[in-house]
Amino acid sequence: MTAVVDKPTEQARSATPEFEAANERQKRRRGFLLALPAYAYLVLFFFIPLGIVVAYSFATRTRNGSTSLSGWNLEAYRKLGEPIVSDILVRSLLLAVITTVICLIVAYPFSYFLATRSPAVRNLMLVFVMIPFWSNFLVRNYAWRVLLGNDGPASQLTQAVGMGETNILFTQTAVVLGLVYGFLPFMILPMYAAIERMDWSLIEASRDLGASGFQTFRNVALPLSMPGVIAGSILVFIPSLGAYVTPEILGGGKTTLLGSYIVVQFLTARNWPVGASVSTVLMLVMLLAALAYFRAGGRTL
Amino acid sequence: MGEGLSDQSLADYAGVSAVAIEGVTKRFGDVVAVDNINLDIADGEFFALLGPSGCGKTTTLRMIAGLEFPTSGSLRIFGDEVGTLPPDKRPVNTVFQNYALFPHMNVLDNVSFGLRMKGVEKKSAATQAREMIELVRLDGMEKRKPSQLSGGQQQRVALARALVNKPKVLLLDEPLGALDLKLRQDMQHELKSLQRELGVSFVFVTHDQEEALTMSDRIAVMHDGKLLQVGTAEELYDQPVNRFVADFVGQTNLIDATVIDDEMIALANGTKIKAPNPYPGGTKVAMSLRPESISIGAPEDVPEEFRPTSLHGVVQEMNYLGHSHVYTVGVDWMPLEVRTNATPTSIKYEPGTEVAIWWDRRSDWVVPDEGYSS
Ligand SMILES: Nc1ncnc2c1ncn2[C@@H]1O[C@H](COP(=O)(O)OP(=O)(O)O)[C@@H](O)[C@H]1O
Ligand SMILES: [Mg+2]
Repeated sequence: MTAVVDKPTEQARSATPEFEAANERQKRRRGFLLALPAYAYLVLFFFIPLGIVVAYSFATRTRNGSTSLSGWNLEAYRKLGEPIVSDILVRSLLLAVITTVICLIVAYPFSYFLATRSPAVRNLMLVFVMIPFWSNFLVRNYAWRVLLGNDGPASQLTQAVGMGETNILFTQTAVVLGLVYGFLPFMILPMYAAIERMDWSLIEASRDLGASGFQTFRNVALPLSMPGVIAGSILVFIPSLGAYVTPEILGGGKTTLLGSYIVVQFLTARNWPVGASVSTVLMLVMLLAALAYFRAGGRTL
Repeated sequence: MGEGLSDQSLADYAGVSAVAIEGVTKRFGDVVAVDNINLDIADGEFFALLGPSGCGKTTTLRMIAGLEFPTSGSLRIFGDEVGTLPPDKRPVNTVFQNYALFPHMNVLDNVSFGLRMKGVEKKSAATQAREMIELVRLDGMEKRKPSQLSGGQQQRVALARALVNKPKVLLLDEPLGALDLKLRQDMQHELKSLQRELGVSFVFVTHDQEEALTMSDRIAVMHDGKLLQVGTAEELYDQPVNRFVADFVGQTNLIDATVIDDEMIALANGTKIKAPNPYPGGTKVAMSLRPESISIGAPEDVPEEFRPTSLHGVVQEMNYLGHSHVYTVGVDWMPLEVRTNATPTSIKYEPGTEVAIWWDRRSDWVVPDEGYSS
């Protein structure tokens, strides 16, 4: 080291602040160029359509069903306050919350179990978690329809154990069941990642300091795995809130939810401003959820 | 502790060992981490578990803590069998090797954690925690997160967090391993005086023999899961039970030899040396000779009474260490290390000089040639 001081070498010169700043600038410029296609893609296919949706939500529906962009107004948003629409909003929120909570309750112990297995068992079980993704979402929802249908396997099972017929197809219960099934992996994966990353000696330290198993979970394991819990909750809550396929197939269209309502507004009722305003509100809710997550300090989406 | 050990039972057993380990074995699959060890640790004792990495020290400590359960054998804490009692039911606390501080809690919450979990009311827990934080000289740091502390400070938090629970035995797993030398030496003194002040048994795991020698009342030397010797620093240093202990504790010259009779041994080159020993004739042994117990001088200067315990050789190397000279002397079949005090008047022997080395009969020590497989 001392030799370097009195006879400056290449490295010594490159360590000057000016050089570093220039180097940093160059790196940033190169980074920007590399990211340019991605930026272009985002602007073209994400921000512009988003802007159109927001713009339409302030537009007017003409009498013949087309949309007039002249004369901005809040008519479409006023419609959200009407009981029909606000009922749908509340029901969708409720179902999304119930789905998220059930996923949480099911996924946490499972992820905990998963994270404490040997690597071989762990990987095998992770594959099992992801197997459903190998087939089409629509197909899987129709499979549930068969499962839950009149005299389907579920019903036969409950009859066999003497609990009578199950008639839950085309009910909200069936919708929640389908949503939980569909989105559970999105809860398990980030949760598992967070728990697996946790320093196990902290759990031992907690027990060593006199905490029971439950106290350890409550005061150490849960707070430390919180980023995974929040990430998983958002990954389940957001698609549940806007779900369309599952409520349509398993709910039988009886209990209209947000997703179906938006589709109807755009395609059947041809009321684009209302469809757009509901979409905008939905996006705002999701944005708030995402912000809450980042506020909570998570970084693992 | 609660359901684990009542104060009544502690009183009944007054005077029994703090920790009594009897025939304890711990297996992990095929690995025998701890192999049938017996150990008694007295109340108020500073006890070190010493041995090279992988010898089973941590496993032994974890079994006392309840973080691991013995495969077989009996483990008692103040007389009560704790076999498979979970850690939160034992009157012991641990300072972990990596400290294991809770990253989401500040110093105060870390230290008061144990009390809070036992249901101590918040204010009282905070008061006790503050006292303990003061004791480890971290006052003013209560609101900091562990990530905002230096290694030495984290170490103190870990110590305070364990001690605030008033454990009957404190377990420490290489607590100074991550600290630099100066800090390490300071902490050695602090730990020692803390232990004296509190009068609690400390079980201290280390692979550093110097650390074990300076700090401990007694030391257990482990190797390959086996307990080789338990004793005071002097006992281990002066009377090691076998070649491994002699070599591991302090520096020594180990000279291969064969027993002739209970007074004499023959060194590897045939030289007969007077060395009283309890082994039958023909036993393969090693003679341990500490570098500082050997004198060096001109061949004709060997004092009469040391003739039977002297060897001739040639200086191969000399290193000056400030307080001492360290010579490597070749005695025709092996090099021996000799250390002499360096004073302005002491004679130096340059490499190449023919010398004699001799020692007091009481300072050599014959050990069986076993217990060494590393
Ligand atoms: N959980 C475990 N699973 C398998 N082997 C282990 C486990 N813990 C320790 N071992 C093995 O037991 C032996 C002793 O380990 P340890 O007690 O940690 O040694 P030390 O603390 O003296 O370095 C080592 O061979 C180690 O690999
Ligand atoms: Mg260890």
